[in-house]
Amino acid sequence: MSVAIIGVSTTKFGELWGTSPRALAREAVFGAMKDARIAPKEIQALFVGNMLSGILGGQEHLGAFFSEELGLRVPAFRIEGACASGGLALHSAVGSILSGQHETVVVLGIEKMTDHKPEDVAAALMAAGSQEERSSGATFPGLYAFLARAHMEAFGTTVQDLAVVAVKNHFHASLNTNAQFRNTITKEQVLASSKIADPLRLLDCSPVSDGAAALIITSNRRQATGNRRSVTIAASAVATDTLGLAQRESLLELKATKKSSKEAYRQAGVDPGDIDVAEVHDCFTIAEILAIEDLGFAGKGKAAAELERGEYTLNKAKKLVVNPSGGLKGCGHPVGATGVKQVVELVEQLRMDAGDRQVIGVRVGLAHNVGGSGATAVVHILKRA
Amino acid sequence: MVGIVSYGTYIPRYRIKIADIAAAWKKDPDEVIRSLGVLEKSVPGGDEDTATIAIEAASSALGACAADPKSIECIFVGSESHPYAVNPTSTIVGELLGVGHNYLAADLEFACKAGTSGMQAISGLIEAGQIRYGMAIGADTAQSKPHDVLEYTSAAAGAAFLLGRNKLIAKLVSYTSYSSDTPDFWRRDGIRYPSHAGRFTGEPAYFAHVAAAARRLMEKAHCRPEDIDWCVFHMPNGKFPRAVAKRLGFSHNQLAPSLIVDTIGNPYSASTMLGLAAVLDIAKPGEKIFMVSYGSGAGSDAFLWETTEEVVSYQRSAVRQKKTVKDQIERKTYIDYVQYLKQTHKI
Repeated sequence: MSVAIIGVSTTKFGELWGTSPRALAREAVFGAMKDARIAPKEIQALFVGNMLSGILGGQEHLGAFFSEELGLRVPAFRIEGACASGGLALHSAVGSILSGQHETVVVLGIEKMTDHKPEDVAAALMAAGSQEERSSGATFPGLYAFLARAHMEAFGTTVQDLAVVAVKNHFHASLNTNAQFRNTITKEQVLASSKIADPLRLLDCSPVSDGAAALIITSNRRQATGNRRSVTIAASAVATDTLGLAQRESLLELKATKKSSKEAYRQAGVDPGDIDVAEVHDCFTIAEILAIEDLGFAGKGKAAAELERGEYTLNKAKKLVVNPSGGLKGCGHPVGATGVKQVVELVEQLRMDAGDRQVIGVRVGLAHNVGGSGATAVVHILKRA
Repeated sequence: MVGIVSYGTYIPRYRIKIADIAAAWKKDPDEVIRSLGVLEKSVPGGDEDTATIAIEAASSALGACAADPKSIECIFVGSESHPYAVNPTSTIVGELLGVGHNYLAADLEFACKAGTSGMQAISGLIEAGQIRYGMAIGADTAQSKPHDVLEYTSAAAGAAFLLGRNKLIAKLVSYTSYSSDTPDFWRRDGIRYPSHAGRFTGEPAYFAHVAAAARRLMEKAHCRPEDIDWCVFHMPNGKFPRAVAKRLGFSHNQLAPSLIVDTIGNPYSASTMLGLAAVLDIAKPGEKIFMVSYGSGAGSDAFLWETTEEVVSYQRSAVRQKKTVKDQIERKTYIDYVQYLKQTHKI
């Protein structure tokens, strides 16, 4: 691979009621261009990761929509893969560069969710599930509750184990000025929060959020090497699985995560033990436990105990910190933006620019972005250039 | 000076426990009660509507003072649940109060602050010398869709304030208003139940408007929370008024007497006005009451009242007749969820 990330930017994530999608896109993309020190005329294509604009806002055709807004007038594409839309947009952008079609492109992940009624957002998100799940009234908290219950029955995982993930990620988010939640929480608060889908409680769930994030990626050696802050994309891999949970062989793992990470490790020539920092898809606390296991950081059924010992917590972890941005739980989850934001966080970590949440001695980072209940998984591995 | 000559309130006697509504939907009652801060809510009888509730409250206000009904030259009824889309509630009330026909009548709508908007408009008419007395009423049989979170709080009640210049039980020291186009809660014509924008009803809506109106009034009246004896804020649930009072620097003791929401819920247009009535029921002469309503859409009306010696005789009479807000809160008959559905004409 010879694709480098030369510019990154993310807006604040949260309930941004006073900010339009156009304004979010401008802030993220122009921020990334400024970071890359390149002019708009050097951008050859735009890849937009977004899930809900059409369903919630009636606005499709987002490639042209944002191309116009950003004044780029370049080939522009909207990529949709539920909550993995951002990761898929980056994967597609990388493909366009490796094919030789483009040299320097911008990847924008964006979502505006809080302008809509909560029940409409919940229903729209279910577009990522199977027809059977929708017609039976399932929601994503409900589907992940099934995964949590299965993990509990197989490995003795407890609600306290789930709470540890939320506590860690809120702690990390408290150090992130762009995070939706800057407050630390306790295990007791998680366990006392409202039930959403048993055994998941309110504080086991990532929030409904607005936000955008952008990356400038290039194969232009001059741009990459001229920018001493560039980071190399060492792997970009995608795998898919059945849309619905009922068709899966096992509820104890997300097979798409395993397959995509195996391919990513192969591309990058690394193994799980080489990863120093990871942004994983913790849409619910159980999802981070599954991710840590399926990405090979911990043996099956072992992640909860390691999380409890602080092995993935900033300033405590000896090897690997997971979700230093605060993850989806603490930083927020504007679904189309999440996969791009994860990569922005890794770039800042690899550049040693992450401030209070800087992981010491990072050389290799991994981003793991999931769509639906595991029907799509995208894994990127980044290395210092 | 303009002020309150008399007031009357009416709370239907029927109550449903929030725990019973929660149980109907298989929700954890403790979680619902903890999250909303409401224990039970008032429910209208099967033959009660906003007109009957407004008449009960206004009759009570008129009966508690010496003012001649025919001297009332304005009646404004604020509500989200006027029985007719076209045909005024205010004239039904006027006819039954016997005010004659030389009066200005209008139905007002501004979500939960329509009643207090009437108070400000009438105060202006009196100050301008156009009328001697005016009756501002806030009444609602609050709508909510079954299983919507509003179902736990939407309640029924009314409050009527007779405003004038003479024999005031509370003087209107200052007032102001704050409005913006903020669509946090709405109901289109012909649609039975209101919609709301979830968490958007909080910070950018309720808190922004209530706090802005409150700060504007403090500036205008040159007062600070420590100069005030009692405060009243619109009560969409038990948490919001407590939170905004704290943010503005008021203590729990200043707020506590107004918190009718804990035991009867949110009777929309009557909420803030009923809170004011509950405070007037117990305030001593010369005490200052700071009051801010909130109506979705959105706006807040803020008032600074100061009680006079006249409040004492009003209170004695209200206690004797067992018509204080507290008396009415305590006078109750519990109904179950099915009976609630019947009385609110849902089944």
